[in-house]
Amino acid sequence: MKPKGLLFDVNRCQGCGACYDACKKEFNNPVTSADFLKDRLSADSYTVVEEYGDIYMRRLCMHCEYPTCVSVCPVSAFEKTPEGPVVYDADACMGCRYCMQACPHMIPRYEWDSLAPRVQKCVMCHHRVVRGEETACAEACPSGATLFGDLEDLKKEAKRRLEAEPDRYYQHIYGLEEAGGCNVLLLSPIPFHQFAYDTALPKEPLETFTMAALEKVPGIVAFSSVFLGGMYWLTKRKNKIAREEREQNKAENDDR
Amino acid sequence: MTDKFPLRATFWRVVAGLILLAGVYALYVRVTEGLGAVSNLSDRFPWGLWVGFDVVTGVGLAAGGFTICAVAHIFNIHRYEPLTRPAILTAFLGYVTVIVSLLIDLGKPWNIWHPLIMGNYHSALFEVAMCVMFYTTILFFEFSSSAAAKYRHIKPVGVYHKLVNKLIVPIMIAGVVLSTLHQSSLGSLFLIVPTRMHPLWYSTWLPVWFYISAIAVGFSMVTFEAYMSSRGMDHKLKFSLLSEIMRITGVLLVILFFGKMVEFGIDGKFALLAVPETETYMWWLETIIGVFLPVVLIFSPKAKTSRTWLFVAATLTVFGFLFNRLNVSITSIAKSAGVSYFPSFMEASLTAMLVTLNIIAFVWISKHFDLFGHHAEEGAH
Repeated sequence: MKPKGLLFDVNRCQGCGACYDACKKEFNNPVTSADFLKDRLSADSYTVVEEYGDIYMRRLCMHCEYPTCVSVCPVSAFEKTPEGPVVYDADACMGCRYCMQACPHMIPRYEWDSLAPRVQKCVMCHHRVVRGEETACAEACPSGATLFGDLEDLKKEAKRRLEAEPDRYYQHIYGLEEAGGCNVLLLSPIPFHQFAYDTALPKEPLETFTMAALEKVPGIVAFSSVFLGGMYWLTKRKNKIAREEREQNKAENDDR
Repeated sequence: MTDKFPLRATFWRVVAGLILLAGVYALYVRVTEGLGAVSNLSDRFPWGLWVGFDVVTGVGLAAGGFTICAVAHIFNIHRYEPLTRPAILTAFLGYVTVIVSLLIDLGKPWNIWHPLIMGNYHSALFEVAMCVMFYTTILFFEFSSSAAAKYRHIKPVGVYHKLVNKLIVPIMIAGVVLSTLHQSSLGSLFLIVPTRMHPLWYSTWLPVWFYISAIAVGFSMVTFEAYMSSRGMDHKLKFSLLSEIMRITGVLLVILFFGKMVEFGIDGKFALLAVPETETYMWWLETIIGVFLPVVLIFSPKAKTSRTWLFVAATLTVFGFLFNRLNVSITSIAKSAGVSYFPSFMEASLTAMLVTLNIIAFVWISKHFDLFGHHAEEGAH
């Protein structure tokens, strides 16, 4: 199966909340807000629709190509599936919450009131995707604002829209290159920082910043072991020689 | 010896008792109602006091264990030997405390062993977890073998003592290597958030700054404790040794400061030092308390004769370090998190409980074991 993705277009969204409801229903999540536009991401809401004047922006896991959560998890609880979704294994998780601290899009949420808390986030309906179905949100969307499909096709479609109607679109596809690229792409008439999306993210995957330090570990181990072993041997020898000289001098003095 | 000051002892015992009481209650709430009920942690602020202080700061404060060990037993500068036992004890207790506080902070502490079989070489936290696990084991060997010396006449203890002593050099070298790795990797933990962290603290050099400052604060903690225990437990202060390690601390702090200034120059960050915002004030606070003041004290002529000056310099270094680690793990993230965080009373109580238990354990062990070596040491009274 080719990698799948989602394309969300602010220009086509009517703010009806069908995606929000479908997501709640798909995962049997409880009602968290009387007004869905006021709801925010939580352990019970994997996606929300946010109102900005008369336009609407969705928020959900971006399903990065090189997910930061996958790279930081010390117990490999996160996995980037070949189908595209980034999924999570609650049985492996020990609850360190490094994923939440590190996620560049600040997506993962925690079950703070549970005694066996899990991290929760959108999993791009992985269970549906592997069956060949589209995500619940895309299926429910009446206006085609949320589109599910092969990631490469969606990239082409996004570019086509920017070229076809340059006046209606801010000329940037959010998610195409951010932190190594994402499987969720966003289009909008206005710049993305106005939706509180981080527009300062580097193009390279964030794990390259950590790996620049971590890849030095084997060298440090080899060098410092040899250095310390060598120092031990040298200083011990030096002390021994010094002691022998002292004893020799003492003996000579006694002879005199 | 506490009998000399019955009133003071009673006062501190009451304080300790109250702290423990509050801590036990907070622990009860943590276990029965979960992280949300006990802490001010939130989705926007998933790491708070327990990670910032108990883990990131605590591991640094325990760095004296590996530095003194390296100086006395690997570089064979034997005059430092009287400092090794208290330093190793501090480190061992410190690391046990770190692990206990992790058990409190982790959402599912019963899975704490999972890194052993589900590792991830791309995670700085995985590296820290493995190093802390192995290094605590090493500290156990180092401490237990010197504690076992007292009971050598009991056969199995004697055999254990002999065996560990045979392997002590590779054990100590492994301890220094592991410490080098995880003291610096605690800094690497934060490399993953280049856009979220305030530029006053974010730097690709973070692991190096963490390593240098850990060595400096390790020496300062040894000095701090020697002074405190010489007051509380009436043994001779190894003044010349302490003044030597504090001079090393001074040099390290100067290197750390100029290193950071070079980094600021390369990245063009000097202008940030004058921006009127909370982050800037916190940066100056940590730098003045943790670098400027201690360096002035350490290199003033008075420090050569005054125990108190040395003690004040050490204390300032420790507090400056504390500020730095809390700034890195909490202050620097606050703005991008979009919410403010201040630990709840129960979070603080649990941390205070662990610190108090640490002190009680240290005092108890130093009373029952020949910790500062003043019986063995050149008949030192």
